[in-house]
Amino acid sequence: MSSTDTHNDTHDVVIIGSGPAGLTAAVYAARANLEPLVVEGVVEGGPTGGQLTLTTDVENYPGFADGIMGPELILQMRAQAERFGTRFVTEDVVKANLDQRPFTLETASGNSITTQALIVATGAKPRRLEIPGEDELWGAGVSACATCDGFFFRDQHVVVVGGGDSAMEEAMFLTKFASKVTVVHRRDELRASQIMQDRAFANDKIEWVWNAIPIEVNGSDGQVSSLTLKDTQTGDESDLACDGLFLAIGHIPNTWLFDGTLDADDEGYLIVDEPSTHTNVPGVFACGDVMDHTYRQAVTAAGTGCRAAIDAERWLAAEGLEG
Amino acid sequence: MGATPVTDAAWTDEVLESDKPVLIDFWAEWCGPCRMVSPIVDEIADEHGESLKVLKLNVDENPGTAREYGVMSIPTLLVFKDGQPDKRIVGAKGKAALLADLADYTS
Repeated sequence: MSSTDTHNDTHDVVIIGSGPAGLTAAVYAARANLEPLVVEGVVEGGPTGGQLTLTTDVENYPGFADGIMGPELILQMRAQAERFGTRFVTEDVVKANLDQRPFTLETASGNSITTQALIVATGAKPRRLEIPGEDELWGAGVSACATCDGFFFRDQHVVVVGGGDSAMEEAMFLTKFASKVTVVHRRDELRASQIMQDRAFANDKIEWVWNAIPIEVNGSDGQVSSLTLKDTQTGDESDLACDGLFLAIGHIPNTWLFDGTLDADDEGYLIVDEPSTHTNVPGVFACGDVMDHTYRQAVTAAGTGCRAAIDAERWLAAEGLEG
Repeated sequence: MGATPVTDAAWTDEVLESDKPVLIDFWAEWCGPCRMVSPIVDEIADEHGESLKVLKLNVDENPGTAREYGVMSIPTLLVFKDGQPDKRIVGAKGKAALLADLADYTS
């Protein structure tokens, strides 16, 4: 957690992000004696440790036959990176100057960090509905983290908005607490994988509202009381009484630091020179969810993190910059 | 030292009847973002303990207080002044941002 020693000297490799992509890049870079510095991030791009810290059981990460808790998996990865000499700065990067080398990063507290190679592993954060009432009732019934906040809705009725795997996961998790979970989805079929759909449909605490989009969150006494829905077929509006609202409507890649410098696709994901992790700026590599809108798994993020570290190592060697 | 644990039972004595402003960190074991915030709260306890009393409340073991004050998301930080809730901070934040939010109580 030390933030000392980050001034003046130029690093070989700095990694922005502390999810599975960033930490795997750190393990590989550290084992290549590049003494990486990980700028972990605190809040701007989501929590330190990334989206896994908001999950519970991770059952599909290889090597853990009985599953592992998401936050525990991240702590293990971090410890592994630290064991080989990775250093950490627990701050958000607020500015990145990639116009000249070495690259310069500025952190929220005003620290300046310079590096020859930069690995961008900033991930993605949950998308908001951007409807009236959402901001006002955030933390008062509106949430994007069932594992954090489901506890507060014991024997109550909650709504989950979304139709993907994470929406199914949130809905099933919430049935442990809530008396009823209503999933609201804008289409008449789910995007979730078959196994997740099967499990959710089999859960008799889950009810379904199809072809509907939320247009307003309503509250009374400072807490969520209902959600106004609009039927996408008929245009009819209706109120769905509920005590909580959980959002699972996808993610937005964390790329604002690089607007105008790193190439991104129409949805904002960074573009790399597949199969490598090179971005359009030599010496800048991207890995994890910030460049992957297809797979978005912990194990694929870790895989691209490994590639980014190897790419960075080879690039440094080719440029004669290592050490 | 860090933040001192407080319970539902001790709430009135420790919080409502405190002479100093009180910062309470509502947290739970299963909350990933809480694990990120709690070390920062501990640092604030050590650095600003003279002007601000810093406590932490495990919502699993003490659901009554969380319910009473409408805490529906963790981490939530509440500041009490003269027995009344004076400030509410919902969600994880960095130390600099937290200290800025708490400036009225730490000077």
